[in-house]
Amino acid sequence: MTAAAGNIPKPKRRLGDLVFSRVSVFAGILILVVLAAVAVFLTAYSLPAFFADPKTLSSSQPTSFWAYVAPLAFGTVWAAFLALLISLPFSILVALFVTQYAPRRLATIFGYIIDILAAVPSVVFGLWGIVVLAPSIVPVYTWISDALGWIPLFSGPVAADGRTILTAAIVLAIMILPIMTAMCREVFDQTPRLHIEAALALGATRWEMVKTAVLPFGRPGIIAAAMLVLSPAQVISFALFHSENPNTIAANIALNYPESSGIQVNALMASGLILFVITILVNMLARWIVRRRAAFSGAN
Amino acid sequence: MSKRIEAIGLNIYYGSFLAVENVNMDIKPRSITALIGPSGCGKSTFLRTLNRIHEIIPGARVDGKVLLDGDDLYGPGVDPVLVRRQVGMVFQRPNPFPTMSIKENVLAGVKLNNKRISRSDADDLVESSLRGANLWNEVKDRLDAPGAGLSGGQQQRLCIARTIAVKPDVVLMDEPCSALDPISTLAIEDLMQELKKEYTIVIVTHNMQQASRVSDMTGFFNIAGTGKPGHLIEYADTAKIFSNPDKAETEDYISGRFG
Repeated sequence: MTAAAGNIPKPKRRLGDLVFSRVSVFAGILILVVLAAVAVFLTAYSLPAFFADPKTLSSSQPTSFWAYVAPLAFGTVWAAFLALLISLPFSILVALFVTQYAPRRLATIFGYIIDILAAVPSVVFGLWGIVVLAPSIVPVYTWISDALGWIPLFSGPVAADGRTILTAAIVLAIMILPIMTAMCREVFDQTPRLHIEAALALGATRWEMVKTAVLPFGRPGIIAAAMLVLSPAQVISFALFHSENPNTIAANIALNYPESSGIQVNALMASGLILFVITILVNMLARWIVRRRAAFSGAN
Repeated sequence: MSKRIEAIGLNIYYGSFLAVENVNMDIKPRSITALIGPSGCGKSTFLRTLNRIHEIIPGARVDGKVLLDGDDLYGPGVDPVLVRRQVGMVFQRPNPFPTMSIKENVLAGVKLNNKRISRSDADDLVESSLRGANLWNEVKDRLDAPGAGLSGGQQQRLCIARTIAVKPDVVLMDEPCSALDPISTLAIEDLMQELKKEYTIVIVTHNMQQASRVSDMTGFFNIAGTGKPGHLIEYADTAKIFSNPDKAETEDYISGRFG
């Protein structure tokens, strides 16, 4: 010890520690500031729309702001929900195949292909949806309407261009499939070997091992991946979409912004604020689902 | 429900690498057999061939025979899943399923293969298995609490309860006390003495005092050098191995003059 007797040695401050702590504090504050700035900006621009004459908000002349935004909000949540419903089982199954069933060499090749697919810009999927999927899916919709028309949900008329919320959901599902799969694969790969062996040693078949060890371990990761994947994907894809049925908020903003002025811009901003709130609520819900069984997560 | 294990001319491979060569061993029912030896000598690898969990590593395989009361575990058409139901295993680190409660952990093996079990039978089985693992009194008021919330020693006894709940013929233990404190270790050792009345127990341990305290028979494994296969050097009564072994190599190892 170099300190003289009676003197308490001063803790030495190292440059690296100092830089690291400052940088991380700065980064933490920055993200809060950005988030607050977005919230303030949206709120400020939205306020006029809440108090304006609803008929001026959009060319469709809604009766109130909520009548204007509610179908859009519903469209957003519904399209996202349908897309998850379609893609989640596929992603989980593909990821399980790659991590648990495929021989190692095949799994590696599969992994590369999925990563490449995940790197395809979402705009490409959106275009494909409009140019290829929407026209070719019309016969299917016509058939559904003919065969199941007696159920009110499926009664006609069929959208002639096929650009419905279901088409949108399918495009969205295909778009998020590779990235969801890549993330699920990553999560499943992290399953502790100890738990896999515990299940197998009890006499579990491969599928039982997946059920007892891999899936429970991966559940929080799957939920997080689903949340993470959806938000950016919707915003980009629906810019290209226009439909007769409930549209999504992101598509509505992207489509109408260039042609809007005055109070209509405020209305679009207000719908953006609603999207912001929806996203936060969904994320809180996801966190709550993950945390509800925190004691059983194995983190302790 | 205790069975004899015989390994006959067993060679164990990882891919093309021969890890353990020519093991011949006759393990008696209702006894504790300890496997000792330096790290990397193949004793754990050998243990893991006895319930065919060795082969889950890609490329891992064996040749030779392992007989369980005369039936070859590696015979054609033998389902490794069924082998693992007869030969249970407790691992080096306690590994209760983190997403399951204490009770669900005990029943995990029983509920596999779509087996249905009535609630009262399940409750009885949970109690008898936890009693069998000397854990019942500590957890009987919190059976629905997460298994991962117990202490290390309790978790390991929970894993033993889970293993014996499926009523295996053999219980394999791969260094079951190496992550535990001395008091928990003692609890597990006492438990092993209870368990040997009903099961054939094979334990791998790095702790030679433990081997001499708990086991009836001891097998000493060694390797000639890195990259060479492990061999079973000597296999005899524990008392003989620790007092008067036949081989000089064994003598050197147990007396600490190894290397």
